[in-house]
Amino acid sequence: MRTLSASEITKTVKELCLKANYEIGEPMIDALNKTLKDEKSPIGQTVLQQIIDNDKYAKFERLAICQDTGMTVVFVEIGQEVLIVDGDYNEAIHEGVREAYKDGYLRKSVVKDPLFDRSNTQDNTPAVIHTSIVKGNQIKIEVMPKGFGSENMSSIKMFPPSVGLEGVKRFILETVEKAGPNACPPMIVGVGIGGTFEKAALIAKEAVLRGVGNPNPHPKYAQLERELILSINDLGIGPAGLGGTTTALSINIEYYPTHIASIPVAINISCHASRHASAIL
Amino acid sequence: MIDIKVNLPLDEKTALSLKAGDSVYLSGTLITARDAAHERLSQCLQNKEPLPVNIVGDVIYYVGPAPAKPGFAVGSAGPTSSYRMDKYTPALLDHGLKGMIGKGDRSHEVIQAIIRNKAVYFAAIGGLGATISKSIIKSEVLAYEDLGTEAIQRFWIKDFPAIVVIDAYGNDLYTIEQAKYRK
Repeated sequence: MRTLSASEITKTVKELCLKANYEIGEPMIDALNKTLKDEKSPIGQTVLQQIIDNDKYAKFERLAICQDTGMTVVFVEIGQEVLIVDGDYNEAIHEGVREAYKDGYLRKSVVKDPLFDRSNTQDNTPAVIHTSIVKGNQIKIEVMPKGFGSENMSSIKMFPPSVGLEGVKRFILETVEKAGPNACPPMIVGVGIGGTFEKAALIAKEAVLRGVGNPNPHPKYAQLERELILSINDLGIGPAGLGGTTTALSINIEYYPTHIASIPVAINISCHASRHASAIL
Repeated sequence: MIDIKVNLPLDEKTALSLKAGDSVYLSGTLITARDAAHERLSQCLQNKEPLPVNIVGDVIYYVGPAPAKPGFAVGSAGPTSSYRMDKYTPALLDHGLKGMIGKGDRSHEVIQAIIRNKAVYFAAIGGLGATISKSIIKSEVLAYEDLGTEAIQRFWIKDFPAIVVIDAYGNDLYTIEQAKYRK
């Protein structure tokens, strides 16, 4: 059994919150540069260049890429041979978020209660934590500050099997079209198909985390991703919704076995500031 | 696209001269407000109480800025989605608001109120909060300080980059440009 102090988790979560909010990462910059060459709309080209400039400036100046520094989603994979000591595991994560958002000049965007007390918690906590136990003796932490311009444009639907592949495609395209300029395109479209109601939503979020340039390893899903990215970009929404041929940089699909009665489909939309950072302890 | 320099607050002559698709650099002052501040302003109007800030002739920027680092006027400060303010906007325009800066589509009611009041809806590009903050040179809280990032502030801006999306005649750039690339 390997022991790990809860304070190590706090320190790591803090560092990852800062990194994710300041640095978009090279894969995204590369994807933006690549799409800039192909974009047909002059306004679209200008917007894409401005996004690249913004991402570089944010990293250089250590400023938040976007003022919406999100609700902090934290995915943790804990190796079953790890024992966390000297503190509460969940609180250690919240504390890392708290310190990062205070010390890093990040916006506090969380309210206490969705209906009856929309006062700000002042430290961006609580985080949304997804923990899974895996084999091994390490802990993997991935932090995703999730902006709500695009989160609000996400959607979930429980379809009967008779709706088939065509119905699923239609729902994905309708959701992206409805998101339009609000979701700050070019988007990353995360799709979760199968499982149960909540499983579909969770794997849709995990699909967003795959970022750009990581197709589904399953050939049929990879093919579906290739087909849908073309259909999405044919919608004409374009960068910032001001028209163009780049509406999404990637559509990432995750799937899971499901019930005989259903095709659950969840679509989690991310803006171009699709931020995440991970570390292994 | 030709870049046009525009001074704020916006006078009627300038508002009427701007066309959907114009790329503008805004300088002068504006006020910030988003969801919670709009709800409170709307309550004031409904109850016929005076507004805590004068919005007549002003432009509202839909933004909740990140906190400022030492030596900076504001933190990251890009636009938020405008549709969430649609419910409140026609009343504010009828009260004398001259323009809005945000991102995304507006409702039919808002577009009608823009035409009726010879106002302008500008878009700033979402997700450019870091670079946009360079054009904000000073900020001051005017009202609703308890709302934190959602408080109403005055921003002094210089060459703030935006695009005219809905002009005073109701032309909508989103619709016009997207139609060109839709297959």
